[in-house]
Amino acid sequence: MRRAYAAHRVPVGRVSVTPTAEQLLAIADDELILGWRDSEWTGIAPFLEEDVAFSSIAQNEIGHARALYELAARELGTTADELAFDRAPQEYRCAPLVELRLPDWADTIARHWLYELADELRLQVLKTSDDRDVAGLAEKIDREEAYHRIHAQMWADRLAGEPRFEAAVERLWPAALAALPEDLRARLAERVGRDVARGPQPGALARGNHTAELPELWEEMTMVRRSVPGAAW
Amino acid sequence: MTGRQRTAPSSLTEEEVWEALAEIPDPEIPVISLVDLGVVRNVEVDDRRVRVEFTPTFLGCPALEVMREAMADKVRELGAEPDVAVVTDEPWSSDRISAAGREKLRAAGFAPPAPRTAATPTLVQLQSGPFRCPYCGSTETRLENIFGPTPCRSLRYCAGCRQPFEQFKTV
Repeated sequence: MRRAYAAHRVPVGRVSVTPTAEQLLAIADDELILGWRDSEWTGIAPFLEEDVAFSSIAQNEIGHARALYELAARELGTTADELAFDRAPQEYRCAPLVELRLPDWADTIARHWLYELADELRLQVLKTSDDRDVAGLAEKIDREEAYHRIHAQMWADRLAGEPRFEAAVERLWPAALAALPEDLRARLAERVGRDVARGPQPGALARGNHTAELPELWEEMTMVRRSVPGAAW
Repeated sequence: MTGRQRTAPSSLTEEEVWEALAEIPDPEIPVISLVDLGVVRNVEVDDRRVRVEFTPTFLGCPALEVMREAMADKVRELGAEPDVAVVTDEPWSSDRISAAGREKLRAAGFAPPAPRTAATPTLVQLQSGPFRCPYCGSTETRLENIFGPTPCRSLRYCAGCRQPFEQFKTV
């Protein structure tokens, strides 16, 4: 099955990736993988309203990923589905922050809060793009993300000072910082009230590197599609 | 016009296409049409080819593909070749829902979205804004969940008639 899959796979690594497509892919991959992680709370969140919230947030993130993949696919001459599911794990450009499997609620909320703050900074840049499709899509995504930010901030305010939440933020902070390009990190640190100098160790959490948890997620996420390569559903 | 196969597509006008598209119900909330929902941004007729510009509502909405297909089918019924193009240069806003559409939503028990302002919504606004119950008209309502059964809706509760209801998000 793996060989059949490999033959079917789109060789994204071998096509020339313009900076714009690469940037779009990085954000799309973040949203897809985080959407997948968020969806893991469906049915098992601590209470019903959060079950609804995380399921809905996951649906939005995957929708954003799809729209971004479609723009990137236009430039790369492929399709959104192929970009989402037909690459090997090491070809994804997502940040290690979104890959982590966080079965602890405090960790999940800490990541949710850090990610939404970081994502807002990056969307602000994208909204100023000369490409009207990119700028318009960033504006659209941002309007939906506004509700994610309200939700994340509500939790961050509620849990502020709680040792378990503070420890989670402390632990995830380097990965959150590494998820952003360098020129945006100081602004994230300012918003989170942290020191930008306490960044990640070189290489470890930078975008382009992956955790061991990504291949596990990928196995599950692409399982059905790999089971019948090339099938139309 | 539904189901009628036209034989003289060269006489097709943009108004006729708009009228036909206005017959397509929203796949999830059939009381409102796709035109009322504001997802059709532009229609151009060029001989046998009809280009429909489609501006998607919420990007994670599973109904988007169904809407695209329904519009393409409707254009084919008119005897023309559809080109339903997804446009992202100018985002859809809940302000694009027509006045008639808002009234249809309210009548069906969905609170229509509040008008969009320049500022992004805040938690305080969602918690204390004068959101009106679609059943009894009371503004004594409270936010239950920012998220709801679909990406476009929040959950609120009316203290007046003790009913939970769905509030369209402002985007």
